[in-house]
Amino acid sequence: MKLVIVSYAGITPYGIRINEQSRLPEEKFSTFAPFIKSLYKEEGINYPKFYKMDSLSKLGFLSAEVMMKVVNPALADPEKTGVVLSNAASSLDTDHAHQETIRNRSEYFPSPSVFVYTLPNIMIGEICIRHHLKGENAFLISRNFDSHLLYRYVTGLFQSRRVEACITGWVDLLKDQFRSLLMMVVPAEKAVIAEGRGSWFPFSTKTMDTLFNQT
Amino acid sequence: MEELIEKLKKEVIQQLNLEDIKPEDIAADSPLFGEGLGLDSIDALELIVLLEKNYGLKIEDPKDGKKIFHSIQSMAEYITANQKA
Repeated sequence: MKLVIVSYAGITPYGIRINEQSRLPEEKFSTFAPFIKSLYKEEGINYPKFYKMDSLSKLGFLSAEVMMKVVNPALADPEKTGVVLSNAASSLDTDHAHQETIRNRSEYFPSPSVFVYTLPNIMIGEICIRHHLKGENAFLISRNFDSHLLYRYVTGLFQSRRVEACITGWVDLLKDQFRSLLMMVVPAEKAVIAEGRGSWFPFSTKTMDTLFNQT
Repeated sequence: MEELIEKLKKEVIQQLNLEDIKPEDIAADSPLFGEGLGLDSIDALELIVLLEKNYGLKIEDPKDGKKIFHSIQSMAEYITANQKA
């Protein structure tokens, strides 16, 4: 089965990249929190739960949000769209925040809203809730962006007919270091039926590495 | 009581990350859950932590939570009635 990347989006401290377009943030920030809040407002999104998410989920949520805006809905049936994401830091950023609340026995007040984000796949859950995605999902940890790992996992899902579309990529954050790249992968045949001829990228390790290095 | 209500509004906004909501947007007697601020089950747990952390009050019986966290007013009444002098 030939697979193609029909859209991709990435967020770095330098701004957003959506397909071939790069956009700089309207303001410059040296830390993640005001940066992502500013992007959220620039995108005109109204989703109050965004403010309650941890930083990793905010990054994944917003990356998915900007990408899904340019994805043809005919290509990704939410019932059969999977999500396979990866990163290096897992949920360590939030794990540290949780640890801070339980470090001192005399000030032992673990925060439930922090604790619930001490797993990186919660971020996938936030994306799935927002876009009603019900396909299979997985979160993989690797020291660096591992296009081979993602390629194997995602092609396996398509070959076993577990998904008909899949969001895959990298969403990594630790303190104020962050980077994301999300890609929407669909069978080439489906893309042709829905859109005729398009400028899609072949879903390959080489393409993923190129897109990752561009964002 | 009025002073406590205003303080609680600020604490709830901060604790629950209710961005874009100001203390004056919250009526003291309007429900916090459901139609009111639309809080969820994790928010309920955060409110329990808030009472313990800021006022030293532990809710022993979970059934009491529904009544205590009905509104800012009911929270203030519970704190006033139960906090040690």
